[in-house]
Amino acid sequence: MSFISLLWVLLLGSLLGLELIGKVPPTLHTPLMSGANAISGITMLAALTLIVKAEGNVPLLIIGSVSLGFALFNVVGGFFVTDRMLAMFSRKPSNKK
Amino acid sequence: MNLPVIIKFVIDLLAVLLLALGIKGLSKVKSARDANRLAAFAMSLSVVGLISYYLGTSGISIQSWIWIIFGSILGSLFGAILAKKVPMTSMPETVALFNGCGGMSSLLVALGVAIFPISGGQENFDFFKSLINEVSISVSIFVGAITFTGSIVAMAKLQGWLSTPGWTQSKVRHFVNIVFAVASLIAFFDLINGNTSSIWLLVIVSSLLGIGVTLPIGGADMPVVISLLNSYSGIAAAAAGFVVDSQLLIVAGAMVGAAGLILTQVMCKGMNRSLVSVLFGGSLSAQSTASSGSGEYTNITSCSVEECALTLEAANKVIIVPGYGLAVAQAQHTLREVTKKLEQNGIEVVYAIHPVAGRMPGHMNVLLAEADVPYEQLKEMDVVNPDFPATDVVLVLGANDVVNPQAKNDSSSPLYGMPVLDVQEARTVFVIKRGMSAGYSGIKNDLFDLPNTSMVFGDAKKVLNDLIGELKDLGVGEK
Repeated sequence: MSFISLLWVLLLGSLLGLELIGKVPPTLHTPLMSGANAISGITMLAALTLIVKAEGNVPLLIIGSVSLGFALFNVVGGFFVTDRMLAMFSRKPSNKK
Repeated sequence: MNLPVIIKFVIDLLAVLLLALGIKGLSKVKSARDANRLAAFAMSLSVVGLISYYLGTSGISIQSWIWIIFGSILGSLFGAILAKKVPMTSMPETVALFNGCGGMSSLLVALGVAIFPISGGQENFDFFKSLINEVSISVSIFVGAITFTGSIVAMAKLQGWLSTPGWTQSKVRHFVNIVFAVASLIAFFDLINGNTSSIWLLVIVSSLLGIGVTLPIGGADMPVVISLLNSYSGIAAAAAGFVVDSQLLIVAGAMVGAAGLILTQVMCKGMNRSLVSVLFGGSLSAQSTASSGSGEYTNITSCSVEECALTLEAANKVIIVPGYGLAVAQAQHTLREVTKKLEQNGIEVVYAIHPVAGRMPGHMNVLLAEADVPYEQLKEMDVVNPDFPATDVVLVLGANDVVNPQAKNDSSSPLYGMPVLDVQEARTVFVIKRGMSAGYSGIKNDLFDLPNTSMVFGDAKKVLNDLIGELKDLGVGEK
């Protein structure tokens, strides 16, 4: 991928984000923030790449592994905690009567 | 193009689509939970895509597998445990912690690539390409470090582990932060000039900058900062995407970055603060005690819980205004008990939610949902404001600035222009409050002086418990 096309990807991704999120009601802002935060843990893919390409370089393997751990902490924790919040909203109709 | 490349391309495309749908779905209460799961699924899908790509091309060594499994098990385990254990009231600091770790991850990736250039990235080496590489590494480290230290400071402040040091309220802090910023810039140019060791300088000064920028900000502005840092962690992820040449990272990071910015803007609007004043103005309470602290209360009416119960019993329509104080007192469940009794007596109960009630937009909704308050009873400010004149009783619980009529009437007030709930329009207003201390803005609340306002002094939880007792004695809610 050339640098220019990566810049296009960046631009379009930002516009997509603005468009998608512009319409969220305030009620859902905390869950949304926490959900979006979990998605920012996508750097786990970069960490994974680092480990695979380390080719036996132990310091690099360690850096990659720690990085992967931090990213997954963000991803797994983020999605679980968002689910916990949202479960409280969605169980309401079924609980009534 | 060979098969693994095509498969990875298709999976990446699908993952981006699902992530976008997930974020969109999070905007509706009905679909939000499924959307969150969809996003989680898309993330796992992207991992499967990347792993299968490497299996199909270069292969993954046993050694790599060991480190992959080690890192992912530890990270996932701690993340899951924390997510399950943490109480709902400490949601903001939890999000801050997760966010900081995301930033740390981007920082480490860039650092790793900078110290040990990964194979495969060097075959068509030219000046332009290496420049881009160094710029994206620097951005990833800079933003990642600020996200990490900033989030940790934010978390520590929200937890009460860290207070705002006095010197950070003086002008000195701007000087200190400018020094850090300039030093990062120097380290950045030094790095581009080929001096690899200056990367450590960049790590250190950008970490210090993250601390220096977050430390002066007062507790109530913290959510805005967390939201902004959330946006930064997206930018850090996108920068890491440039480092390892991954479109998926760039798209997802950019989406999160944009989301954080919008959310930050919404929060600032709700508090009538500009982002600039949050970031550079220091703590609001420190400024305003001097300007508006002089106003004395002249006409305070305080009343007993018993009177409050009697008035509630005679009401037809009651509006509850919950605030941060309610969350601190952990009184949302007790509040639900009170409203249940009122409802059983045929009294209409509605909760008025100010956009920044609690500590983050929507935080109060989560706390009330936890206490089983039906979603339909939560009304947003614009919906509920016209209802106040037809309301018999308003109960203000731990909210202060969001019900201050000054924001509408007094153009000299720092609050002027902030959207508020017009509780004073109701026939009777009860303010349950521990004492006469001001809200986070440090500004006198004119509401307390109005003739139709009565103060019920005491801890929110205790007052509500007493109220349940009084209502029981009156026979409310027993049929």
